[in-house]
Amino acid sequence: MSILVNRDTRLVVQGITGKTGTFHTQQCIEYGTKVVAGVTPGKGGQMWEDKVPVCNTVAEAVKEHGANASVIYVPPAFAADSILEAIEADIPLVICITEGVPVRDMAEVRRRLEFNDTKTRLIGPNCPGIITPGECKIGIMPGYIHKPGRVGVISRSGTLTYEAVWQLTQRGHGQSTCIGIGGDPINGTSQLDAVRMLNEDPDTDAIIMIGEIGGSAEEEACAYIKENVKKPVAGFIAGASAPKGRTMGHAGAIVSASGAGTAEAKFAAMEDAGVSIARNPSEIADALLRIYKG
Amino acid sequence: MNIHEYQAKHLLQEYGVPVPRGYAATNSREVETALSHLGDEMIVVKAQIHAGGRGKGTFTDGYKGGVKVVKTPEAAREAANHMLDNTLVTAQTGPEGRKVQTLYLTEGCDIEHEYYLAIVLDRETAQSVIIASTEGGMDIEEVADKTPEKLIRVSVCPNMGLRSHQCRQVAFALGFKGDQVKQFAGILTGVYKMFWEKNAMLVEINPLVTDKDGNLSALDAKVSFDGNAIFQHPDIGQLRDLNEEDPKEIEASKHNLAYIALDGNIACMVNGAGLAMATMDIIQSFGGSPANFLDVGGGANEDQVTAAFKIILSDPNVKGILVNIFGGIMKCDVIANGIVAAAKNVDMTVPLVVRLEGTNVEAGKKILRESGVALTPADSLAQAAEIIVEQVQSHS
Repeated sequence: MSILVNRDTRLVVQGITGKTGTFHTQQCIEYGTKVVAGVTPGKGGQMWEDKVPVCNTVAEAVKEHGANASVIYVPPAFAADSILEAIEADIPLVICITEGVPVRDMAEVRRRLEFNDTKTRLIGPNCPGIITPGECKIGIMPGYIHKPGRVGVISRSGTLTYEAVWQLTQRGHGQSTCIGIGGDPINGTSQLDAVRMLNEDPDTDAIIMIGEIGGSAEEEACAYIKENVKKPVAGFIAGASAPKGRTMGHAGAIVSASGAGTAEAKFAAMEDAGVSIARNPSEIADALLRIYKG
Repeated sequence: MNIHEYQAKHLLQEYGVPVPRGYAATNSREVETALSHLGDEMIVVKAQIHAGGRGKGTFTDGYKGGVKVVKTPEAAREAANHMLDNTLVTAQTGPEGRKVQTLYLTEGCDIEHEYYLAIVLDRETAQSVIIASTEGGMDIEEVADKTPEKLIRVSVCPNMGLRSHQCRQVAFALGFKGDQVKQFAGILTGVYKMFWEKNAMLVEINPLVTDKDGNLSALDAKVSFDGNAIFQHPDIGQLRDLNEEDPKEIEASKHNLAYIALDGNIACMVNGAGLAMATMDIIQSFGGSPANFLDVGGGANEDQVTAAFKIILSDPNVKGILVNIFGGIMKCDVIANGIVAAAKNVDMTVPLVVRLEGTNVEAGKKILRESGVALTPADSLAQAAEIIVEQVQSHS
């Protein structure tokens, strides 16, 4: 089936009355996602588009409407606070789409996530979201490019994920769950976390991992893959041509002045872990299909 | 966002970190004012650019050194005249160098020993990390490489903040004694407070020095801030120096485009940062060289695409353009119309290859084919890269 989200997911949208929140909530409802509530402080008691009840707080959305997942579309200045509110309300899954959250805010959030009493998994920020095709779409990805199936996809990038998913779908291979973990240097769910979940999911037969330059998340995931993953894994790293010391659009996509976080090092880690490598972005699905027949 | 050394030192001073007395100057009149404050003692004249390696740099007219230690006001005046409005090339500026438009004149210091002190936000642990070493004044990457045992690293929990025992830990590890321990603790506390309050990504003091009397001060400083947090700190935003940025990048930011100039000749325009990087990669893998990184964002409209074309074409090195759009929520036919309108709006002087994929892709391709605009549509990203590389190479 899938990981994290499915047809039983009951979504609350934080920032539902904003322009972005409204647009993507409509898209998600059309896809079939169960949106049970929205949160906009001060607008509690109203109905959004005559369809979804609006609450003042996340806790209220949980208590009154049984929300068990949250998606966040609030502006960057308030995003960390929205995440913390969802954590305090014990929502098991929080997906933060917002781009441009200050890194210091995320350092504080990450500490809170590490508390023993935390019941929340955070995905993002600065991510496209998560989708279990045919069941539940949370985020800004175009739903129709996906198809239900058994390949799990993990990525730090939005449109590059769409590329890989589209390649799979066109070759007749559906996806179990696709997770965009986001392009920021500090996020809630790492490549490693996502690989582990897909590896343990009985309904995922193969995995595609799309990384970017910067940090060591891909290397850590590869160390785990080498020891623990028997399922076929294919991978791609974006940013081989990027110069050192410049941030390439995503705040996390930077090769440090000392040369840490290069595409070369990440491809080498993949190779060592037995991951089938796509050397160019138009071959991501083919790299998987070399080792996985479905 | 980076700032100049003199700005960093003024900020540090506000947080109680001792720095040598100094004055910024952008013209000869301000140089005179600075000299009148500094007196007849040793004076240091420092070129202010956002790049390291200034001391070992060379100006394009052959004058050596972007940092000069001199003994008289006359010598300082002469050094200042050489540096102002001259272009300094260092290991970090690239061969084109950086024009020096500001100088910093400071009092000299009798250095007893040079230390290194920095705080960075470590992405892996999501904590601030204090990095210190007795081997100051040199490249810290080199210290980390050759003598890693001389690097002191102490993590600071974001929720607990810096604690006194951590200050003492670093002070003793650096070998400070007596009053110096107290002085250092004060400096580290100030540096951390500034780092945290101002959303810095890096505060680096290299070197932190002791003088003959055992007193500590920050001789050079480098600070960079989280661009996402500048809106919370208008005072920091004002420190931005547009002279240090590529005019094309400044123009792009006005249109909400993420653009970074590179030194190749094939421009690209892409939606999404990851896909934009991957597009640069594929150009390179076909033997071409990307002229830029450009992310037009998820909802690229006609105005943005037009602005993007204009920015791309203002780069004289550009000999071809590859547009790569994955139409998701934004449909391909809408994007195709935007590209066609924008292409008609600008004077397209180089080959243009457009690759569309995603929602309504057939309708989008039809619009491109029937537009009358001189462009080559491509079916896949690999094909698009191959075509543009081939077209650019056959034209040059």
